Amino acid sequence: MLLSTLVFGLVLGGSYALIAMGLSLQYGIARIMNLAYGEVMICAAFAAMLLFNVAGLSPLLSLVLLVPAGWAISWGIYQVMMRPLVARSGTTGRLEVDSILATFGLLFVVQGVLLVLFGGNFQSYAFLGQGVNVLGTQVALNRLIAFGLSVLIGGGLYLALTHSRWGLALRAVALSPGSAPLVGIEVNRVARAGFALGGALAVAGGVVLSMYQTFSATMGVIYTMKALVIVIMGGVGNLLGALIAGLLLGLIETFVSVYIDPGLTLAATYGLFLVILLWRPQGLFGGAK
Amino acid sequence: MRNVTRRALSCYVSAMAIGLALPGAALAAETITIGYAVSKSGPNAGGAGISTIPNYELWVHQVNEKGGLLLPDGSRAMIEVVEYDDRSSAEDAVRAIERLATQDKVDFILPPWGTGFNLAIAPLMDRFGYPQLAATAVTDMAPDLAKRWDRSFWFLGGGHDYGDALASLLGELKEKGQINDKVAVVSVADGFGIDLIKAARPALEEAGFDLVVDTTYPAGTSDFATMISGAAGSGADTFIAFSYPPESFGLTKEAQTAGFNPKVFYVGVGGAFPIYPNVTGGIEEGVMSVGGVDAASPKIQEYFAAHQEVTGKLPDSWASAITYTTLEVLEQAIARVGLDHAAVAEEISTGTFDTIIGEVKLEDNQLRDLWLTGQWQEGKFVAVAPADRDGASDPVVPKPAWD
Amino acid sequence: MTGSLIALAVLALVACGPYILDAYGIGLLIGAVSYTILASAWAMFSGPTRYISLATVAFYGTGAYTVAVLSEALPWPLVLVSAAVIGGVLALLVGLSTLRLAGIYFVIFSFGLAELIRQLITWFEVSVSGTLGRYIFLELEPRHVLWQLLALAAVVVLITGWIHRSRIGLALKVIGDDETVAAHAGINLARTKLILFVLSSVLITLVGAIQSPRWVYVEPGIVFNPQVSFLTVIMALLGGATKRWGPVLGAVPLFLLFEWLSARFPDHFSILLGLLFIGVVFLLPDGVLAAIEKLRKKKEARA
Repeated sequence: MLLSTLVFGLVLGGSYALIAMGLSLQYGIARIMNLAYGEVMICAAFAAMLLFNVAGLSPLLSLVLLVPAGWAISWGIYQVMMRPLVARSGTTGRLEVDSILATFGLLFVVQGVLLVLFGGNFQSYAFLGQGVNVLGTQVALNRLIAFGLSVLIGGGLYLALTHSRWGLALRAVALSPGSAPLVGIEVNRVARAGFALGGALAVAGGVVLSMYQTFSATMGVIYTMKALVIVIMGGVGNLLGALIAGLLLGLIETFVSVYIDPGLTLAATYGLFLVILLWRPQGLFGGAK
Repeated sequence: MRNVTRRALSCYVSAMAIGLALPGAALAAETITIGYAVSKSGPNAGGAGISTIPNYELWVHQVNEKGGLLLPDGSRAMIEVVEYDDRSSAEDAVRAIERLATQDKVDFILPPWGTGFNLAIAPLMDRFGYPQLAATAVTDMAPDLAKRWDRSFWFLGGGHDYGDALASLLGELKEKGQINDKVAVVSVADGFGIDLIKAARPALEEAGFDLVVDTTYPAGTSDFATMISGAAGSGADTFIAFSYPPESFGLTKEAQTAGFNPKVFYVGVGGAFPIYPNVTGGIEEGVMSVGGVDAASPKIQEYFAAHQEVTGKLPDSWASAITYTTLEVLEQAIARVGLDHAAVAEEISTGTFDTIIGEVKLEDNQLRDLWLTGQWQEGKFVAVAPADRDGASDPVVPKPAWD
Repeated sequence: MTGSLIALAVLALVACGPYILDAYGIGLLIGAVSYTILASAWAMFSGPTRYISLATVAFYGTGAYTVAVLSEALPWPLVLVSAAVIGGVLALLVGLSTLRLAGIYFVIFSFGLAELIRQLITWFEVSVSGTLGRYIFLELEPRHVLWQLLALAAVVVLITGWIHRSRIGLALKVIGDDETVAAHAGINLARTKLILFVLSSVLITLVGAIQSPRWVYVEPGIVFNPQVSFLTVIMALLGGATKRWGPVLGAVPLFLLFEWLSARFPDHFSILLGLLFIGVVFLLPDGVLAAIEKLRKKKEARA
C-alpha cells in the first residue's frame, strides 16, 4: 500500500514537474509571468492529437516536430509582445503587472481561437496507456514517459545551466538583470532565449500530457495554476526546485487521497501552497532574500 | 403591470440610452424568431458544445430546409435565430433571457445547457410567459419545479431515476449470480455526482449490496491511480463512477493501465459521448454509463446520420437525443396551436408527440419514459435499463476484459 | 464634496430606472452598477497599495453562498448583515496573514484563495451537510436587487469621499508613492492596508449577496466563477485604479461593450476580450483618466 502510493505519487509528481519547469524558466529568466502558459500546452496537445488522429503520427515523434515550433513561437511572442513592455518598464516594478495583464489577454485570444477551431468539446485519445510493472505497481507507460522526460529535462537543463557559458549568462540575468550588462551580457537576448526555452518545455509538457489527460480548449488555466503553485513552492527561477516541488506535490496529493480523503486533494494543494507563500515566499529551495 | 405604451416607451428609452438594441426590424409575418443564450465560452462550453448547440443548429437547419416552421393554417415561417454567449456566468444567462424577452421579443426561447442555468432562468421564463423545455437539467426537484413554474418542462429526469435504475439492474445481475454483492463507488463532488450518489447509496444497500468503496473527489481531479487501485483491491465485481467527462475518461484510462477488469464498469457523463471509443483505444465494449438510445430504431439512426452530416460530428447517446426531442415537441406543438405561448405550453403539457425517441407524452410536465442506463455493445451505446421498455438490449456481463 | 453630491444624484436618477425601463434595461443597470461597485471596491484597496488582487470572486462567492445557506432561516436584512460579517471576518483573517506578501506573490495568493475557499465549501457541503447546490427562492424582483445595489453604491461613494478627505487618504497617497517614506512619516502601514482590505472585501461580499437571488440555484461552480475577478481587475485598471472616479469610467463602458460583443460576436467573445486586455496594457497603461489628463496637459503646454 505504502509502496504503491509512493510510486503513484512520484509518477504524478513527474508530470507536474514537467509542466512547471518551463514556467519557472520564463519567470525566472525573462521576468515574464506568463499566464497564457497553459494555453500553449493545450495548443500543443491539440496539435499532437491532430497529428495522431489524422496523420497517424506517434506523439513521441511529434515531440520532435512541435518542440522546436514551440521555441520559435515563444521567441516571436517575446519579441513582439514582451519586449516593448520590458523596454517601457525600465527598472521600475511595472513589468510584473504589465506582463500579467498582457499574457492574460493572450490567454483569452488563444483560448478563443481554439474554441473557434475545435469547439468546446473534451478531447482525448489513447496512446501507450498499457500498464508497466514498477515495484509491483501497475503504472501507465505514457505517465512513466512523462516522469522520465521531466527528470531528463530537469537534470539536463540543470547541468547546462550550471556548467556552460550559456547557462552562466542565463543565471546571471536571472539573478541580477541590472548588472548583467556590466559583464557584457546582452540581457534582451538572454531573456528571449529563456522565454523561448520555457515555451518549448510547455509544448513538450502539452504533448506528453495529451497522451493520458482529457483536455479541452478552456482547460489551459488549470495547468497554469498547477504550474504556478509548483514554481512558487520550488522558488522562482529555480529549475531543480521546480522539479522537486513537482514531485513533492504529486506525493502529497496521492497521500492525501489515499490516507485522508480524495475530496481534499485540491484543497490540500492550495492550502499547502498558501502556507508556503506565507512561511517562505522565496520558495522551499530559494535562498533568503 | 405592463401596458403597451410603457413597454414601447421603455424599449425606446433603453435603445436610446444604451444604444445596444439590435435593429428592431418589425417581424415579418413569414419569419419566426427563436432565441437562445448558451455557454459558448467558459467552463460550461464543453457540455453545451456537445449536447446543446449542435442540436439547436441541426434543428434550425432542418426546419428551414423544409421551408420553415409549419403553422396551424398550413403556411410555413422561416426561423431566424438570435443567439448570445452567456460566458458560463449565471448573471449573464439571466440578463440574456431578459434581453431576448424584452428587447428582441423573440417568439420562443430555447434553454441553456446545464441544471444550474436552467434553474436560473426558470423564474424569468415564467414571468415572461415563455414555455421552457429543459433538456439538459437533471434534478430530483423536477415535480416541484414544474408546479412552481407551470410552463416549465423537465425532460431529463432526476438523480434518483438514474441511481435507482442502476441499483435495480445490478440487483437483478446479483440475483442471477453474475456479480457479487460488493460495489465500489466514486463520485464527483459536484451537483450531478452528489445527486446520483445520494440516490444510489440507499438503493444499492436496499438491493443487498455492500459499498466497499464510497468516496468523493473534487471536480478537476486529474489523477485516478489511487482510486482505481483502491477499487481493484476491494474485491468488488462492480465499479461505479458518478463522474464528469474528464474524469470519466481519466478513470477509464487508469482502469486499462492497471488491468482493472470488474464485471461491471460504469462511468458517468462522457461515457455516452461519441469520443469515448477513442478514449479507450477502441475497446469500449461492455462499458456502462448514463443514458442510452434504442440503436435499432430507424429514427435514431436517421438522427445520428443527419447530426453527423449537418454538424460534422456524432451526437452523444444521452442528452443529445433528448435535446433534439424537445425541439421536435416544440415544433409539433406550434404546428398544432400556433405561436401563442399559453396554447403552446398547454399543448406540450397535454399533447402526444411523435419524436425520434418514439411517442412522447409528458406526465406532470416531465418526460418519464427515459433510458437510464446504457452500455457499449458492438460500437454503439445502447440502452439496457429500464429493461422492460421496448427497445432495451440485454446487458453484457461480465464486461470483456480490456486487452 | 461636489463629486460625491453629483454621484449621489446620478444614483438617485438610476433608481428611477425601473419605472421607465423594461426588464432588460433593469438587467443592464444591475450589471453595470454591480461591476461599478466591484471595481470601485477593488480599487479602494488595490489602487493605493498597488496590490493586484484576484480574490474578488472569493468574497463575491462567499456572499452569494451565505445567502443560499441562510435565506430560508433568517429575514433578508439579517442575511445581508451575516454576509457582511462573514466577509469581513474572512478578510480580516486573510489580511492579517497575507498583507506582507508583495507583487506577484500576492497576485497568485489571491487567486489561490478563491480556489481554496471553493474547494473547502464543496468538501464541506458534500461530506458534512450532504448536499450540493442550494436553491434560493426569495420574492425579490430585479428592481429590488437594483435598489439594494444602488444603496450599496451610495455607501461606496460616501466611503471613498471620506477616505479622500481623511488622514487615511493622505496616508494612502504616501504609501502609493513610497512605502518607506510613508513608514517614516509615522503612518501605520499594516493597519491602513488591513482596514482598506476589509472594507473593500465587505463591499464585494455584499454585491454577491445582493445579486444571488437572481440565480435561483447556487453551487460553488456557479458563484466562484473566476471571470468575475478578471473582469473587475480589467475594469478598474482601464478606468484608472488610483483615481477616485476611475473605476466607474472603466466599469460602465466595458460592461456595455462586453454586452454588445457577446451579442454581435457570440462565437468570438474570448478573442475580443483578450485583444482588449492587450490593448489596455499597451495603449492605456495608466487608465483612461490618466490618458485624458496627459492629453489635456499636452494641450495646455502647447497653449
